[in-house]
Amino acid sequence: MIFSNNDPVNMEFAGLDLHGIYISGSDGNAVVKLSSGYNICVPESLCTIAPERSVAQPCHTVKPLKQDANLPLLSIISTGGTIASTVDYRTGAVSSKFTTEDIIRSIPELAGIARYRTAQPFNILSENMNPAMWQELARAIRDEIVAGATGVIVTHGTDTMLYSAAAISFMLTVPVPVIFVGAQRSADRPSSDNAMNVICSAKTGVSDLGEVVVCMHATSDDVECALHRATRVRKNHTSRRDAFQSVERAPVGMVSYPDGTVFLGMDAIPRGTHELSLFDRLESHCGLLQYYPGIDPAVFDAFRGYAGLVIAGTGLGHVGTDCIAKIAALISAGTFVVMTSQCQAGYVCDRVYETGRDLLDAGVVEGGCMLPEVALVKLMWVLGNVTRREDAMRMMQMNLKGELDYDLGREM
Amino acid sequence: MIDFDYEALGLKAGIEIHQQLNTKEKLFSYTPAIIRDSDEHTGEVKRFLRVATSEMGDVDSAAKEELLTSKLFTYYTYDTTGLVEIDEQPPAPLNPDALDLALTIAKMFDMTPLPQIHTMRKMIVDGSVTSGFQRTALVALNGSIDLACRIDTIAVEEDACQRITDQVFSVDRLGIPLIEITTAPCMRTPEQVHDVAQHIGMTLRSTGRVKRGLGTIRQDVNVSIHDGARVEIKGVQELDLISDVVRHEVQRQLSLLAIKNELIARNAQVNGEVYDVTPIFAGTQSQVLKKAKIILGTVLHGFAELVGMEIQPGRRFGSEMSDYAKKCGVGGLFHTDELPAYGVTTEEVSILKENLGAGEQDVVIIVAATERKSRCAMRMVIHRAKMAMGGVPEETRKVLEGGSTAYMRPLSGAARMYPETDILPVPVTLEYWDSIVTPELLVDKAKRFVSEYGFDAGLAHQMVFSEKLPLFERAVAEGIRPAFAARTVLASLKELSRAGISLEAIPDDSVIAVMRAIEAGHAAKEAVSEILSACARGMVLDEAIATIAPVFSREELRVLIRMIVSERADFIKLRGKTALDPIMGVVMKEVRGRIDGKVVSEVLDEELGRFV
Repeated sequence: MIFSNNDPVNMEFAGLDLHGIYISGSDGNAVVKLSSGYNICVPESLCTIAPERSVAQPCHTVKPLKQDANLPLLSIISTGGTIASTVDYRTGAVSSKFTTEDIIRSIPELAGIARYRTAQPFNILSENMNPAMWQELARAIRDEIVAGATGVIVTHGTDTMLYSAAAISFMLTVPVPVIFVGAQRSADRPSSDNAMNVICSAKTGVSDLGEVVVCMHATSDDVECALHRATRVRKNHTSRRDAFQSVERAPVGMVSYPDGTVFLGMDAIPRGTHELSLFDRLESHCGLLQYYPGIDPAVFDAFRGYAGLVIAGTGLGHVGTDCIAKIAALISAGTFVVMTSQCQAGYVCDRVYETGRDLLDAGVVEGGCMLPEVALVKLMWVLGNVTRREDAMRMMQMNLKGELDYDLGREM
Repeated sequence: MIDFDYEALGLKAGIEIHQQLNTKEKLFSYTPAIIRDSDEHTGEVKRFLRVATSEMGDVDSAAKEELLTSKLFTYYTYDTTGLVEIDEQPPAPLNPDALDLALTIAKMFDMTPLPQIHTMRKMIVDGSVTSGFQRTALVALNGSIDLACRIDTIAVEEDACQRITDQVFSVDRLGIPLIEITTAPCMRTPEQVHDVAQHIGMTLRSTGRVKRGLGTIRQDVNVSIHDGARVEIKGVQELDLISDVVRHEVQRQLSLLAIKNELIARNAQVNGEVYDVTPIFAGTQSQVLKKAKIILGTVLHGFAELVGMEIQPGRRFGSEMSDYAKKCGVGGLFHTDELPAYGVTTEEVSILKENLGAGEQDVVIIVAATERKSRCAMRMVIHRAKMAMGGVPEETRKVLEGGSTAYMRPLSGAARMYPETDILPVPVTLEYWDSIVTPELLVDKAKRFVSEYGFDAGLAHQMVFSEKLPLFERAVAEGIRPAFAARTVLASLKELSRAGISLEAIPDDSVIAVMRAIEAGHAAKEAVSEILSACARGMVLDEAIATIAPVFSREELRVLIRMIVSERADFIKLRGKTALDPIMGVVMKEVRGRIDGKVVSEVLDEELGRFV
């Protein structure tokens, strides 16, 4: 017998006549939801289709939502994040809904902060994000700002959020806040961090900020979100709510919860400082390589033909001496090579040890205190916009969007 | 206690037993499954929980919104808890020891295991679970027990946090494995409920792998009668209370049915209009009303005398309404069946009734709080009053001291159960099921102790239900005489524990070594407690025996006795043989613990015989 999802089925199991709803099957077993709500797994051969029973559906009266015309307009751009996802309690499947109404229904507090428009340029898991989508996203954000958005909220899977946020920082100069937000704990759980992060983002969207930030839990507590400059943030934990942390600098702002007060730091860029401009060219043929002891120097050959390569070297920015010739060959063949450090905190300095000096002689460009991931994104943008090596070198070492910000006071 | 002909009333009762399992680790985390003292907490996490749909049924949207974000819960964390407990990390796979134990218990009840174990999430947003759901998985179905009853299901699930205060929880208990055993609604009398619960409890204990002590086992009871409704009563911790809980619930359902019939006979009406009666109490002496921002009232036509009627010991119909009102955060309500009282005067009551057009047969309910809370409370009161016309509402209730109950929430349905996507299904193969060995039931073991060891039934019972049963069984297996082993583990250890000596400081190996030394005649059996107590203080066993109970030979004893006897020659001459008991006391004072009392008595008897 062939069953499909949602079929009512009868089963003879454990000497009982059981009734349930067919969820799925594999290897001759059926997963069936009992009326108690439990899913059980029984051999499919014990199941038969039950005569259809009429099930009383609970009736929902859905009141139409009114948006308050006196509130500022915010735009929410979804890239496939789960801020408004709902769970099907029968199957457990999480479906992502994305209309303004859906979002406000799942997070009603938003209605008191702003009016909303929504856009969904694509719907993907963040690990499937790529540079072409960053470009599409940059254009979508530009369009929303042109359409009058006071701020733009981008919902994004957390895995690659820092790459996307950095890419938008380089491609787009903004007069309004652009806030990347995600959730570390799934939206189907009552404890999810999604609602608080989004509410804090909306509050930031109507605040006096004028730059691209990442807004996530500041600690494990539901009391405060941190606003991280998009070019100085890392995901430092696989699962904690406070996984995102500013590296070697303080966040540009904090948002307290649930009151939503936004505190902006001294160096936060105020709203209206910059005019809207879009430079959306990228050279996506760039790579990032983490050096490790004993690496086969031939690995560098794999990057032949690449426009750019960022190396996350050891310590001050080193690789084994046996790699230098390969790197030199790569550079001679036209690949632009930038050195960063896998230490993450601190400056690269290739003038201290001989290996470093050899690297400089080979034509490697020091990446300063840039995070390796940010250096990669920046290199794509720089190589997409300039052609002369000297220009690229100058721009890679110029602090464009805070990527070379470094709080000297924190060194002690 | 009022008792009824329960079978005639159509009593149907079922129970759910939740028992903590004594595993090393938690059900979905590698942290230790131990309870901590909340003073020892090393950290705190603050969280909100959100619900998409209300748990409270017929509540206005304002109250629903309040539920969304008004409660900030605080969770205490410990150096023995981890990120899973504070919902900062995906769960570990299902603890195989817990599953093994659940399957063992399932086999003891002759149940059918499920070929795959699927973990579910059961939504719970009262703050007691950091994630907002409890993980639970059915393990086996359809078991039999004696006593004309059946077990429907057995599941493993996570225990919830311990509540410290209203909004403060402790995560030490969260995630400790529980098994939930659900019986069919097959019990027909309160006594049968007690017996079934006791039998299941005994079966669980027979595994030797469940936790013991207060709070480690909790019973929920489902009760209904003809024309009544299914009511689930949560959290009966003492077995002896369970039959009273059933009796009181039957009484409550009968009372509610009687109220329903009376309301119909009186053509009672609930029109649901709410009035602001604050001005009437402008000069009131009532402390509660004086403080309130607003006082609201509603008339229940035809409810006079019924709201004040006792429906189970210590509980009136008004208490039920008050429970509903309290869901909105008010302290309670006043009804005119109980007024004048609490500082409210006769005059105020008559003005109140007159203003609201309430007659002799009517009741006025008033609630005093903030406007928002009062309005919410009024809606709940009206909702409950309307339900009274239908008799008994289906509810989840909590047990109070003495066995009466209070309303908690409507019965929860299957709607809030959905798959735990972070846990893979666990297969249970036939080979695995067949390899599970079920332990001997404690009641059977007690019978065996009577027949094999010659214990009387009382001692056998005491021994099998003792925490020290494993020690006893080991001692016997190592050749100690059962009667002596039983006396040592029951009496001597109890004596030490009464004296404030920590039994945990005495390893089982030492207890067995002491028993062996005594059986071999190296120490007197009177010295068991003293030697063990020296061990607890850290003394090495041989040293303890040497200092406390050096072996005292029969000849040394004889010398001592002769000395004592000659010192008391006059007394002995006066009393003759009857001097034995007092002299025995004197001798024992000197030698207790160093030589067997039986030997002392023999030698003393010989010496006295020589003397007189």
